[in-house]
Amino acid sequence: MNGDIALWLIQDGVTSGAIYALLALALLLVFAVTRIIFVPQGDFISYAGLTLGTLQLGQVPGTIYLLAGGAVLAAAMDGAAALRARAPARLPRIVLVQLCLPLAIAAFAAWAAPRKFPPVGQIAITLALVVPLGPMLYRIAYRPLANASVLVLFIVSMAVHYVLTGLGLVLFGGEGLRSNPISDAKFDLGVLQISAQSIWVLASSLVCMTALWLFFEHTLYGTALRATAINRIGARLVGIPSTLAGQLAFLLAALIGALSGILISPLATIYYDTGLMIGLKGFVGAILGGMASYPLAALGALAVGLLEAFASFWASALKESIVFTFIIPVLLWRSLVSRHAVVEDEEE
Amino acid sequence: MSKFRNAVLALVSSLAVSASQAEITIGVSLGTTGPGASLGVPYKNAFQLIPKTLGGEPVRYIILDDESKPDGAAKNARKFVSEDKVDALMGSTGVPSAVAMAQVAAEFKTPLIALTPLPPLAPERALWTFIVPQPTELMMSAVAQHMKAHGVKTVGFIGFSDSWGDLVYNAVTSLADSGGYKVLTNERYGRADTSVAGQVLKVMATTPDAIVVGGSGSPGATPHIALVERGYKGPIYHNHGTVNLPFIQTGKKAVEGAIAPTGALIVAEELSADFPTKAVSLDFVKRYETAFGAATRNAFSGYSYDGVLLLDAAAAVALKKAKPGTPEFRAALRDALENIKNVVGTHGVYNMSAANHNGLDERARVLVHVVNGEWRLLK
Repeated sequence: MNGDIALWLIQDGVTSGAIYALLALALLLVFAVTRIIFVPQGDFISYAGLTLGTLQLGQVPGTIYLLAGGAVLAAAMDGAAALRARAPARLPRIVLVQLCLPLAIAAFAAWAAPRKFPPVGQIAITLALVVPLGPMLYRIAYRPLANASVLVLFIVSMAVHYVLTGLGLVLFGGEGLRSNPISDAKFDLGVLQISAQSIWVLASSLVCMTALWLFFEHTLYGTALRATAINRIGARLVGIPSTLAGQLAFLLAALIGALSGILISPLATIYYDTGLMIGLKGFVGAILGGMASYPLAALGALAVGLLEAFASFWASALKESIVFTFIIPVLLWRSLVSRHAVVEDEEE
Repeated sequence: MSKFRNAVLALVSSLAVSASQAEITIGVSLGTTGPGASLGVPYKNAFQLIPKTLGGEPVRYIILDDESKPDGAAKNARKFVSEDKVDALMGSTGVPSAVAMAQVAAEFKTPLIALTPLPPLAPERALWTFIVPQPTELMMSAVAQHMKAHGVKTVGFIGFSDSWGDLVYNAVTSLADSGGYKVLTNERYGRADTSVAGQVLKVMATTPDAIVVGGSGSPGATPHIALVERGYKGPIYHNHGTVNLPFIQTGKKAVEGAIAPTGALIVAEELSADFPTKAVSLDFVKRYETAFGAATRNAFSGYSYDGVLLLDAAAAVALKKAKPGTPEFRAALRDALENIKNVVGTHGVYNMSAANHNGLDERARVLVHVVNGEWRLLK
């Protein structure tokens, strides 16, 4: 190992670390607001990467069926709930926003796919197809159980993940796709050669994190989310519906997942089951950050990226083991340091 | 009246069935769903293109799905031998599944046509098992010879961190002495890894003359792309698991020039006229692509087809000794398979012996390389 190689590895680690950091933030956000450990976070990466890849081939992505099916199911659930609550006045809004809008997006994507839009258009279509799946997922799988224990919600997450992975195999097939980079350009920086795509990844991650910070600090919805995260009951007492907070958190999580998928798909081949691994590394990052602080989670994720890069150089066959073993000392240290030994759920 | 007619019809048709009892029955277990599905489906497709007879006798194939699982393959094999009383077994599409079938074949003394390469088997299992595909060493020996001819002295290896990576690595190292090269690295990566930068840097730090990749399909392209991005200029060799279209679709421009060994049928049109398998390979590839679409040719369907050709040649001999459906016929079929000489398949020419239940030689592989986004014969 010499300085050049170390620089290369740092560059590689920082690029993957930036993606992990985004995912760690999304996982932390969902956990803080809804107490859900969002295992399917990674599936949004696969869905977005594969949707973009399919669009670039000029084919209709399978995501449109998922979006349409999810819309019908979610609208039916909300419609039934509205009727049971004897509030038919809610129906037009449900039909318009929850049914017609996603169906229109799906129809537009099906129309646009063979016409091979420019890259920006394809990315916009991908986002429009994948991001609405987040709130839908919350409506269908989690909202009926919103008050269950962390463990139950975690098991639901596992189930949702397996369903999404299975659907991914049906919708996209077993082969992987690699989408075209936004730009092929490369820059020489000393001994390093940095691709434009990795700069895109870094820049987008930074922009995304800044936007999240601004959102939480300076907007009403962001403040509402923070309030729910700090004290769920208190937030409800001052008039913040926990459903809204949950939906918003899932929307952001899906947006971050889809963005990560779009950013990483030109750098790595994406398969229907790639997302889990990437998502898990984001999760490790969030744990390194203590599952509490956003900046610490981002730093933890960056550390995971660097650790992974160096582990793949020194002992490539043991790379994953090294990354995941890293959790154990951190958990040990945290359980020794932290004061609140009893978890909220065990008190019930 | 019509009742009586139905009864007569039933009687006649049952007579007809007993009259055709001589037909040969073959039990085929394939992984057409589950993780190996992308291989299993082409294996199954080939059965639409095979003759309706074996050795001149009508044949019935029972094809079941084992979901790419060894226990599924074993269950299917047991059903075939106990309920259907098959004369021979074929399958499966994954190495562990085929090993499970070899166990059943030995227990019930029924010949097995294995459709994947197998690790060395215990003698009683090996006795009843015949292997259609080329052994990994045979395939990689083409690479070793090419490297020797081009003065490659040092080789970097990077491959999957699973049994496929092991298989290719072992083949490359076992050929090192005869090929006159040294293997410098044994780097591994996962099929779904998003970055192989660390491994690639380590391989390149040893400045090898050539690099061998032990991957398959589209994930096989991952290290190739990274090597090209880091400016590696030497030749990059792959293995036969990589010779398909998804590899090129994933690697795009970066994998131009990739070299790999494969069965001759992949480049059937480009073979010289005197290549021993040219006629058989070309005929099969044309019929396959007529049935399943342009550029769908693959090695796997060829293995199914060659397995049937082997059974066809052996059945012609065995039918002279015994009736299908009897233990004597199964034993005669096994003996005939072991004595197969010069059967020309889509992949190569088979010459079996008691010591060699594969029987392929160097005519069973060619080197191909990627030119303008297509696999072409390397001349």
